[in-house]
Amino acid sequence: MPYELISGCQAAALAVQRAGVELVAAYPITPQTAIVETLASFEARGELKGEFVSVESEYSALSCCNGAVAAGARVFTATSSHGLAYMHEMIQWCSGARFPIVMVNVNRTVGAPWVLDPDQGDSLSQRDTGWLQIYCANAQEVFDIVLQSFVLAEELLLPTMVVFDGFYISHTYEPVDVPELEQSCEFVGPPKFKPQVAPGEQANLHGLSSGETQLQLVRKRHEDMLKAPATFSAINEKFNRLFGRSYEALEAVIPDGARTAFLAAGSTAETVRWFLPELKGCGLIQLRMFRPFPAEELARVVEKHDLERLVIIDRNCSTGTGGYFAQEAKAALYGVDRRPVVQDLVLAGGIDLTVDILAHAAEKGPESGLTAIQWGVDLR
Amino acid sequence: MKVTGYSMENEMMYSGHNACPGCGGALTVRYLTRALGPNLALAITASCWSIIAGAPPLTALKCPILHCPFPSAGAVGGGLRRGLNAKGHYDTTVVVLAGDGGTFDIGLQALSGAAQRNEDYIFICYDNEAYMNTGMQTSSATPFGARTSTRPYPLFKHGQKKDIMRIMAAHGIPYAATASLAFPQDMENKLRKAQEMKGFRFMHVLSPCPPGWGTESSDTIHLSRLAVSTNFYPLFEIIGGNKWRMTYYPEKTRTPLKEYLEAQRRFRQVDETTIEALQEEVDHDWEGLLKRVGTSPEETQEAPEK
Repeated sequence: MPYELISGCQAAALAVQRAGVELVAAYPITPQTAIVETLASFEARGELKGEFVSVESEYSALSCCNGAVAAGARVFTATSSHGLAYMHEMIQWCSGARFPIVMVNVNRTVGAPWVLDPDQGDSLSQRDTGWLQIYCANAQEVFDIVLQSFVLAEELLLPTMVVFDGFYISHTYEPVDVPELEQSCEFVGPPKFKPQVAPGEQANLHGLSSGETQLQLVRKRHEDMLKAPATFSAINEKFNRLFGRSYEALEAVIPDGARTAFLAAGSTAETVRWFLPELKGCGLIQLRMFRPFPAEELARVVEKHDLERLVIIDRNCSTGTGGYFAQEAKAALYGVDRRPVVQDLVLAGGIDLTVDILAHAAEKGPESGLTAIQWGVDLR
Repeated sequence: MKVTGYSMENEMMYSGHNACPGCGGALTVRYLTRALGPNLALAITASCWSIIAGAPPLTALKCPILHCPFPSAGAVGGGLRRGLNAKGHYDTTVVVLAGDGGTFDIGLQALSGAAQRNEDYIFICYDNEAYMNTGMQTSSATPFGARTSTRPYPLFKHGQKKDIMRIMAAHGIPYAATASLAFPQDMENKLRKAQEMKGFRFMHVLSPCPPGWGTESSDTIHLSRLAVSTNFYPLFEIIGGNKWRMTYYPEKTRTPLKEYLEAQRRFRQVDETTIEALQEEVDHDWEGLLKRVGTSPEETQEAPEK
């Protein structure tokens, strides 16, 4: 297998190229820019199957994808931060319309003030929009999961957002095992979904409907989304057969006897994984899939290992409540008999996760109650 | 004027749609789908047509309709064209339909982007001069002097109507034209001409709205004709952004604008001084248009193109 030294952004672009995407519409924003530029360079060299459209805004990028996917084309876009926020209306429209669009969001703080660091609040604030969300911990995961997402999105007819941290992943060069073009294409295959706009066939797509119709659509979408962890597993079985790697929606690395676990998504999970040997008595629960939230899987891990404390690494904060991941974890553990203490380590603003912070967080649990917020800046 | 080749079989629009009686927007789409059909795909942005098209699975048209959010139409149209091309449907004509809000206001950015990229489709703006679907709120296409629900009596709209045709011309697009429901043959000719071209094509259709304008449903065609004969709404086309051509010159003694204004209750609060000012504005715009066309009425008193 050929290893290439590439950045997270380049890994994403390579996967898009290998998925045989027919239309890419995008608008540049730091730190996503390298994805756009890499795809444009593929087009310039005649190495992109589809066309690259430089539109005048993120809103139009996703709108352009909407038109093309409605006609049955495989499409892709990428953005970050304010760009994702600007797409918000179209993001919701995509899932309502059941358009299997794949988008990469490279995490970056949403202002004010202007901040470039990778707060996850941009993508997490879109959690209720009906998109699948998968968080990647390194460039290899970015390549593999972007490639897999086209299969996942088209099988479930749900738009899929692949998320990774700005700079820590987007701009860091890592050796990535990039399968041959032919093998990748074989894995993804041609688009499997039925075009909604079929010339010659009358159809009134997404026109005015009743609340009752919408309830049925929401229910169907919800039920279909709940199939995602199993579908993801099945896709990864096939991926593993071809490429010798696989991923789960939620993955636990709990050493024997450990009663504390860090729950992390994105590059923070990679950081914890690297430092686990120094964090005695601690394990890692890596959250890849955030929507749908793998609640049963999390509860099973907690019960199986009889975990007493979860330290949730939230490089984000829902003001007035705390980290998104902590909220979701607490809700998921409601039905567990022996609920662990939930300690919310908030690194909002996208601050760096150091081994010192991890060690302090591991040592110092909440003084009272079942939950508490620890602010990352206080632990350095 | 001779109307030729008319047959009900060419109709793409069903009766039983959800438009108000006398709706100019409904007639616009009936004309355009008949001229451009049957191999059509329509993207419709938030507008009266979001309602007129009917509740799925019912539909008002015999072609695919893709509804899309308000500001998105310009970009969705480009995506739809490119997606259809990717699937080999090169012969399908893509039309984006937007109201004046989706063109002049919230849709302007995506429209401008699509025009600048020379996206290969036809953008139709049916202009009823306010947000009529939500009950006649002011838009930047509302003419000076009109009362709306956000400029209620005795207030009225101040500020000029945005000159969308000059904005579109400035993009240097292959084709742009105005069309009137009172001149269906002229409209059909322009649509057919546009259909034979490639790249971004734009058509603006003044579409009277009886409840919004305060007119009888039977007056829609009469008003459309008055708008042209008063020079309030001239009929012309622009090739390549710089070649302006009048497609119809009104009678030499033009109808006073006052007649057009007095036929609509939305203008009832304007006084004589304002009417005079509006007349001057129409005259001024007409002079400007004549300069851009660069010919006199006598020179181009030809019949519209076949």
